[in-house]
Amino acid sequence: MGSGTSPGAVPGARRGRPSAVARGPLTPYLFILPAFLVYGAFALYPLGRAAQFSLFEWKGFGASTFVGLSNYVDLAADADFRAAIGNALVLIVFYAVVPLVVGLVLAAILRRGQVRGMGFFRSVIFLPQVIALVVVAVAWRQIYSPSGLLNELLGMVGLGALTHGWLGDPGTALAAVGFIGTWVEMGLVMLLMLSGMSRIPAELFEAARLDGAGAVREFFAITLPAVRGEITVALVLTIIAALKTFDLVYLTTSGGPGNSTTVPSYEVYFRAFDLREVGSASAVAIVLTALIFVINVGVTRIGERES
Amino acid sequence: MRVSRAETVMNYVILGVFALFALGPVLTILATSVSAPLGQPEGLYLSNFVEAWTVGGFGRSLGNSVVVAAIVVSLATVLAIGAGYAFGTMRFRGSTPLFYLFLVGMMIPSEATIIPLFFDLRALGLTDTYFAIAMPQVAQSIAFGTFWLRAQFRALPTSFTEAAALDGAGPLQALVRILVPASRPAIVTMLVLVFMWTWNEFLIALIMAPGGSLRTAPLGLANFQGQYTSETALLAAGAVIVALPTVILFLFLQRHFLRGMLEGVAK
Repeated sequence: MGSGTSPGAVPGARRGRPSAVARGPLTPYLFILPAFLVYGAFALYPLGRAAQFSLFEWKGFGASTFVGLSNYVDLAADADFRAAIGNALVLIVFYAVVPLVVGLVLAAILRRGQVRGMGFFRSVIFLPQVIALVVVAVAWRQIYSPSGLLNELLGMVGLGALTHGWLGDPGTALAAVGFIGTWVEMGLVMLLMLSGMSRIPAELFEAARLDGAGAVREFFAITLPAVRGEITVALVLTIIAALKTFDLVYLTTSGGPGNSTTVPSYEVYFRAFDLREVGSASAVAIVLTALIFVINVGVTRIGERES
Repeated sequence: MRVSRAETVMNYVILGVFALFALGPVLTILATSVSAPLGQPEGLYLSNFVEAWTVGGFGRSLGNSVVVAAIVVSLATVLAIGAGYAFGTMRFRGSTPLFYLFLVGMMIPSEATIIPLFFDLRALGLTDTYFAIAMPQVAQSIAFGTFWLRAQFRALPTSFTEAAALDGAGPLQALVRILVPASRPAIVTMLVLVFMWTWNEFLIALIMAPGGSLRTAPLGLANFQGQYTSETALLAAGAVIVALPTVILFLFLQRHFLRGMLEGVAK
């Protein structure tokens, strides 16, 4: 991110020779070993085990049967899994695209407008990021309930005809969950955009204004190109958050009504612990992991190519 | 840089609307938490917190959360300092691929590791222990912490360790006496972020403690929600209790939150 502490920022701080205090060639490995043992045992090894599980049919107890890739093949025709992937794509709009637009606008305003209370706005809009999603779910369930704040507000502005239980209706449940994602992620995106914009030299804006550029032209000509790197980062983080949204779905809708709000991470849990199809759950988990890797690498590549 | 009066007004309107949008649910839950419980006359009920605390057993679940957070934060920090130190200041064979292996850990979703961890630890009789809830989170935090502290130690001038070497210090002494004190802000940032992630974690705690005796605070709240669906005032009070530690920490240590989020997570 081109910041002060990023690797390579300080000249003469490394490389040339081994550390002055190292006592032998084994020293670095000894310092890494404890971390690696824990990390290997509780992250790398179980990931490999998940890949192995995905090739078996197993109920979580008793005997297991090797079935090769058939768990993966079955997923392709599985209505719930396809719904989960489709829902995840919709959630990406709510978690990543909308917050990106909102975050860009808010950051541009804070940057350009010489706004008083910038710290206040930044902290308040970031606040949802630090609250446990369980708490977020409790709050939004109340807001969405038939007698909740949203329906009350709609009634007040004369849209009483629209009121209903937002999370219980298959037509609105997914959007209702997604909207919570927008609420959570917009502050993070705004923060990232602000950090990118803080690198733009003020003279650039002044020159643009002397040329008679307004707020909109200034945004597209100067601000937007300058934060391309941050946009990439924001997209990676928020898309992954959308794909991994387990807590909110589990606590607000449990994937329903029907399969209207199920997502891959919920399918992993549901298949393993409710349906007792550990192999199928592991296959979903491996697909989810692969998806996260591909998106991470893909979005980053595109971001690098364009800048 | 000046902007027109009309634009300034518009800016404040937009920012105000979004600040309200961000605060709305928070204020709703705060207002509900002091509102009348079912069947009580209108009024201000601070007693909801006491009631929720006892009925919901939050004393116990908060206690569990404190223990888990203490294990994760201390263990992950110590181990990541070691690994970050080696990667950041020493030259050795295989350092690049090894470092990438740690980096990958920041992308592995707990959804993928939790199923085998549950069944393997159950086979060892280790589910429903602090160990089972904490260790997967230690592993995730080590991945982030190693990356974060490598960058920090790399940025320190080599003269730090050279001076230590002249004094006859070994690698561990140089780390503990010189590099760690010089890196206090970065370490505090890591502590703050790891604490927040651990405190708010849900999936791992849900799966690793099926017996319910080691329920962490978020699990306690979820359970409370399942049992007292219509007791919105008590539910909201419980939600405030669970959210308070990270919100207070955020208000006091904003600098560390925002810096960590920007530089660490964003990489």
